[in-house]
Amino acid sequence: MNAPFKTPSPQDGVSRRDVVVGAALVGGALLVGCSPADLMSAGSKVDVGAFGPFIRFDPDGAVTVLSKHIEFGQGNHAGLAAIVAEELDADWSRVKVVHAPANAKLYGNKGLGIQLTGGSSAISNSWEQLRTAGAGARAMFVQAAATKWNVPAGEITVKDSVVGHVSGKSAGFAELIPDAAKIKPPEAPLLKDPKTFTLIGTDRVRRKDSLIKSTGQARYTQDVQLPDMLVAVVAHPPRFGATVKSFDADAAKKVAGVVDVHQIPTGVAVVADTTFAARMGREALKVEWDEGKAETRSSATIAQQWRDIAAGKGPTDLKWEAFDSKGDAAAASAGKGASVFETTYDFPYLAHATMEPMNCVAVVDGNHVKLIHGSQAQTLDQMAAAKIVKALPGSVEVETLYAGGSFGRRANFQSDYVAECVHVAQKVGGGRPVKLIWTREDDMRAGYFRPLVHHAVRVTLDEDGYPATWRHRIVSQSIMKGSPMPAKGPDQTAVEGASGSPYLKATPIVDAQLALPEAGVPVLWWRSVGATHTAFVMEHTIDQLARKAGKDPVDYRRALYAKAGSQGARHLAVLNLAIEKAGPASAAGWTRGVAVHESFGSVVAQVAEVKLVDGHPRVGRVVTAIDCGVAVSPDQIAAQMEGGTCYGLSAALYGEITLTDGAVDQSNFDTYRVLRMNEAPTVETYIVPSANPPSGVGEPGTPVIGPAVANALLAISKAPTTRLPFVRTEA
Amino acid sequence: MTATLDINGKAVTVKADPETPLLWVLRDELGLTGTKFGCGMAQCGACTVHVNGDPVRSCVTPIAALSGAKIATIESLGGQHPLQQVWVKHDVPQCGYCQSGQIMSAAALLAQTKSPSDEDIDNAMSGNICRCGTYQRIRAAIKEAAGLAAAPTVAAPPAAARPVASNDVDDEIAAASGSTSRGVGQ
Repeated sequence: MNAPFKTPSPQDGVSRRDVVVGAALVGGALLVGCSPADLMSAGSKVDVGAFGPFIRFDPDGAVTVLSKHIEFGQGNHAGLAAIVAEELDADWSRVKVVHAPANAKLYGNKGLGIQLTGGSSAISNSWEQLRTAGAGARAMFVQAAATKWNVPAGEITVKDSVVGHVSGKSAGFAELIPDAAKIKPPEAPLLKDPKTFTLIGTDRVRRKDSLIKSTGQARYTQDVQLPDMLVAVVAHPPRFGATVKSFDADAAKKVAGVVDVHQIPTGVAVVADTTFAARMGREALKVEWDEGKAETRSSATIAQQWRDIAAGKGPTDLKWEAFDSKGDAAAASAGKGASVFETTYDFPYLAHATMEPMNCVAVVDGNHVKLIHGSQAQTLDQMAAAKIVKALPGSVEVETLYAGGSFGRRANFQSDYVAECVHVAQKVGGGRPVKLIWTREDDMRAGYFRPLVHHAVRVTLDEDGYPATWRHRIVSQSIMKGSPMPAKGPDQTAVEGASGSPYLKATPIVDAQLALPEAGVPVLWWRSVGATHTAFVMEHTIDQLARKAGKDPVDYRRALYAKAGSQGARHLAVLNLAIEKAGPASAAGWTRGVAVHESFGSVVAQVAEVKLVDGHPRVGRVVTAIDCGVAVSPDQIAAQMEGGTCYGLSAALYGEITLTDGAVDQSNFDTYRVLRMNEAPTVETYIVPSANPPSGVGEPGTPVIGPAVANALLAISKAPTTRLPFVRTEA
Repeated sequence: MTATLDINGKAVTVKADPETPLLWVLRDELGLTGTKFGCGMAQCGACTVHVNGDPVRSCVTPIAALSGAKIATIESLGGQHPLQQVWVKHDVPQCGYCQSGQIMSAAALLAQTKSPSDEDIDNAMSGNICRCGTYQRIRAAIKEAAGLAAAPTVAAPPAAARPVASNDVDDEIAAASGSTSRGVGQ
């Protein structure tokens, strides 16, 4: 077969250059002159078929779409397959989706350059790429038929995987595959006019995995069973930054089924024949920890330090960075009296708490590694594994499985639990598979939390009641600091959503700054990242400003969006749609709160109906409007609004990880309360029509519900919310 | 040491220690991996199976307690169970990891309560956590499986009303985008 697409052909061996590159990578340096994708893919072996890296055909004409993105709930596989099927004019009922292998060059995220699912970008970064792939394959079938029938290609039609000609001739994909595979694909195939879409944007775009996820057949990392496989659990230190001082494995090794005990960088691993034996072995293990470098602060202490920093009482060497600045900054701190509004907000650490705790299967034989797991960031996982066994990143094979949720947790720069599994599998050695299992307690206490964040806001209102000056201070640990992708300028993951806000755009004088103090607690993005706190601060502040100005919060927003010009236009549209759909009044006994926020290129407005039950907020109907560009899969967009709302509401109501002297207080769902069926709202979703390219959907539904509820509570009780979660067991 | 268990209608001999929770016997020894591990302390419901028809958290149920009991796992439903059909119809699953447990809890509910009220559903299902937040589709699917008209707490708007046409958008896409009312108000 030809290799028609301009992609690297499968490498039989490792070239000398690859070895040099690999050595450089192993040493931690980057080689000048190579693209990152080249570097990460060095040593990779991927077979690319005649129809390119994203499309394969079975001999019977069934289409398989290779997804470079993991499916862990977002519904992206449905949308990605639909994009291909639309341009290919394939029979949707005969389209399947599988996870692609790991290769940053072939399957890199177009927005990041590495293979990673995140930033709500699966559909948006693949949009042109998969349309082109589908249209290219379609053109190959068209040309094959034109040649075979000796007719002009322009007279050929394709519908539901059948190629036809005005003369009445027709052939299914199956019949034409051998000929089509020999056609050179067009460099830039003609894409459809979106007006002619017959699949995209319709309710026919449905999940392909609902049945196997309703029968227990879907395969997750937890379910991997390989011949001779061992199960590992690891004893971790009780505080972040502590290390193993010594351990006594005698009792652990006497537990039936325990095979061995190994010290690894993150703790002490017990490997056994079964999960239960491994866990029993760990209970019998005695470990002494060196806590000399451990984080020993309590979260309450850290929170107070963040407040002090925002109040100007922090360490003198701590740098402040401006993320928005215009006009006379001094004026934003000046002014007294009735026109000044001043408040602060405190946000706790949050755990992702996926249903499937972190886990990984690794097979290590010398310097060859195979990973079988729900990989969210294949390239990062490859790099972490390659560094441990001193191999080329691309040589690390990754079989990506479904994952039982992630919400950001499964992609991090250390590939923490993946690296841990590789260390254990390396100790076991000989190519014997090892499945690393974290218990719920391991997962809850392992960190990589949404950072603890503090905001201080000071706004002065003009004579019409609108912001004249806006002073904003954000204090947070940095997610990006120390990563291979360090921030240029202020860490956007800490300020996004405040930065870029139409409210700041509408304010003449802005002095907005960020400080990033350090703590020994690993922190990470958490569904909607910066917006988890900035949306709350901006939207709840706006309601308070409106009240101070004696204006209706919805009208107040409309006026500010108008002042913000084009930066407020989409906000205004979603707000108006949500208000219209919510109707004139809430049901008796319920009070409405409104919030609007843009994240990942999409804007979401929600009208939430809230009442107090036993003093705690109960959320009923939530009317949601979203502008996410072209709606590829409307039903999955609705599903993400429903799910994102529950995820955000769960955190706003109950989510809080606390530390006492550095040790995480929570351990399981009894102490880390999450939203349950009896507390779930009813979410209605309305999509703003748009011809813009698709933007994010997985995350933008999460950050809006918290401030919407706070605004409803403000209407009910006149008391603002200055700290989350709403429901706390202690002061 | 061996024990004999009645799982999905078959007598099965297992080697595990009597104190071993049923969950790990199902998963590690018998390869019945449809039943999931979520919390290990009966907090999340991902491991729900039926014991003599009742929903039971297999993660805290030692096999010593199951002598003579009839155990049924998600695998026993076969794929065509009414709940599995409506789960697919409503595209209930997202990550899917909790859904075996959700379906087993729902199956036990429907076996005992033919026409469950919202309160019945809350009571039966609140022990099953879904972090993806598929709760409203689960509720709608259970009601449909029970043969009830899905009775949303608010009226679903007519499909045609869903998108709002404005001047600067592509009307074709607009119409297509709004052509569904699934997931709305259910």
